[in-house]
Amino acid sequence: MHAATPSLLETCIRNSPDPILLMSHLVLGYPSLEENRKVMDAMVAAGVPIIELQIPFSEPIADGPVIARANQESLANGFRVETGLNFIAESVQRYPIPIIIMTYTNILMAQGFDPFIQRAAAMGVRGLIVPDLPLEEAGDAIQSCQTHGNNQLDWIRLFTPTTPDSRLELLGQGASGLVYCVARRGVTGRHTEFDPQVMAFINRCRSATRTPLALGFGVRSREDVQSLRGKVEIAVVGTAAIEIHLSRGAEAVGSFFAGLR
Amino acid sequence: MKKGYFGIFGGAYIPEILHETFRRLTLAYEQARQDPNFWQEYLDLMENYSGRPTPLTFAENLSAHFGHKVYIKREDLNQTGAHKANNVMGQGLLVRRMGKKRVIAETGAGQHGVATATMAARMGLECVIYMGAKDVERQRPNVFWMQQLGATVVPVTSGSCILKDAINEALRDWVGSMDDTHYVLGTACGAHPFPEMVSWFQSIIGIEARQQILKQAGRLPHRVYACVGGGSNAMGIFQGFLDDPQVDFIGVEAGGEGIASGRHASRLASNAGRLGIAHGYRTLFLQDDDGQMRETHSVAAGLDYVGVSPILAHLHNIGRVRFASASDQEVVAALKILMQKEGLIGALESTHAVARAFAEMPHMPKDSVIIINLSGRGDKDIFTIADALGDPGWRTFILDKAHQYQKS
Ligand SMILES: Cc1ncc(COP(=O)(O)O)c(C=O)c1O
Repeated sequence: MHAATPSLLETCIRNSPDPILLMSHLVLGYPSLEENRKVMDAMVAAGVPIIELQIPFSEPIADGPVIARANQESLANGFRVETGLNFIAESVQRYPIPIIIMTYTNILMAQGFDPFIQRAAAMGVRGLIVPDLPLEEAGDAIQSCQTHGNNQLDWIRLFTPTTPDSRLELLGQGASGLVYCVARRGVTGRHTEFDPQVMAFINRCRSATRTPLALGFGVRSREDVQSLRGKVEIAVVGTAAIEIHLSRGAEAVGSFFAGLR
Repeated sequence: MKKGYFGIFGGAYIPEILHETFRRLTLAYEQARQDPNFWQEYLDLMENYSGRPTPLTFAENLSAHFGHKVYIKREDLNQTGAHKANNVMGQGLLVRRMGKKRVIAETGAGQHGVATATMAARMGLECVIYMGAKDVERQRPNVFWMQQLGATVVPVTSGSCILKDAINEALRDWVGSMDDTHYVLGTACGAHPFPEMVSWFQSIIGIEARQQILKQAGRLPHRVYACVGGGSNAMGIFQGFLDDPQVDFIGVEAGGEGIASGRHASRLASNAGRLGIAHGYRTLFLQDDDGQMRETHSVAAGLDYVGVSPILAHLHNIGRVRFASASDQEVVAALKILMQKEGLIGALESTHAVARAFAEMPHMPKDSVIIINLSGRGDKDIFTIADALGDPGWRTFILDKAHQYQKS
């Protein structure tokens, strides 16, 4: 099922002259949509080429303590999915970079999988990451992305260190846009040692797909990003940026990202 | 039908990182299920460690009072005082087979946590229990016992600090620790194979109850009542009679402060549950229009949960199980009667089934045969019950005790 022509997201990644791209992660409504806007302005100004926006869910099982708390506080402050989707639509218009939605299955289901995906496609969202919808259950969602996305909205697959080669291959075959590689066991937030084990995992990922690789979970510093140069196309930075935003404000996030590469 | 599905409910909605763990668990479970020695080993363990078979007690005084034949299945007599022992000992045997060294579990009332801690002690496993901070507060005696049994109890302060949040936290542990750790899920919910596997271990209740009622009453029951949190004790007893269409099943959910108040945990009887996917499976959840899980309420921590077993949701859909609810108030009133007429101190969870049976019995034809599953005993609820009854002697005792602690 490999798309004959690469999707917009994949083309954008492949055409970049940078040796490694950064993908940042924000939780919508945390601490507020106004703050999200400021941080995104700062990120884009600092040259962040892909942004992942998380629609909060009350049961964020795949997220570590910092992002889980962000989900919870956003909801406690009255976050609504409709407002979030409008914010995403505005963001797609405002920034010249691909925007990806990350959320959990139930958020899609509450709107209806197909209507949700149709709307995301119409807004110009470039990718969907739904960590609790495994391949076995994602058939309809993938179909909807293809129907409505017209090669412009990718269903993003996840590779993990516990995934055996045979399954990496299965996942890799239909991948498009990028593949999100989870660097280690555990949830988001904790630091990852980018040791030979991680590099061996990246090699396994590479063998399983021709789609660009984004490595996430525990990328926090310039050293981390440096060690991934030439290994993966994208380094995903989530928790570290949220922590900096909280402690030092939106502008500091910009200089943090500028200093990562 | 797709594996792990019950009608439109069930499935395995798990992060990719757990895919291989679930594949191996499913394999171990399927192999155990095909191995008659495994079930025999389980029966022996339950007989010698947990006092099974548990009695089916003819409730003489209640029977006379209501003009029916009321039988009570005594899961309160299990090791650790609830049906939870059936599930954890079964999973413990499976953990042994899989060669894992550590177990984790979520707990609401603390019953499942205590049962898991007991199993871990007996089987020489490291044990960590996740428990909502709110539940830690209202179920202190169980926290104490878990710790004494050697388990680490982690109070969960995320979300609404109750059972569902403890499940999330246990899953967060598991995505990092799966190599040496098994997650002992406490009820017939979650991703496949848990609903089916937990129901299998709990089927021991129904298998015994069927033989016992045939022996004692000489016939099958008209109705079987069981409380439903996640649904494991209900699945356990219902399975004994699933092939007998003349037996009616009533699953009793937590009515909390009343369905109309919105402060309850009734997913099916209230008609408020909406199809959703969370905690690894698809079922009817109490959620808002955005798909965010709602806060639930019950005097019984073990019923205070947003989802319900996919198997029960299916049996409800096809009309095989009827769902009803009992309010906090009705439960406390029923508990008083149960204690005073039969000398049984039921858990607040279990007493939901009792309360609903009391409410329905006056409308049944005379001499109906009824089984109520008393899933657990109420010792753990002493603080909650004493408060609900407003017992002055208890209050004085606690105040005096606090005073003593302050002085020492
Ligand atoms: C005594 C007792 N009964 C019932 C339940 C509810 O669980 P389930 O519906 O799985 O039987 C609990 C849960 O903690 C419990 O402790």
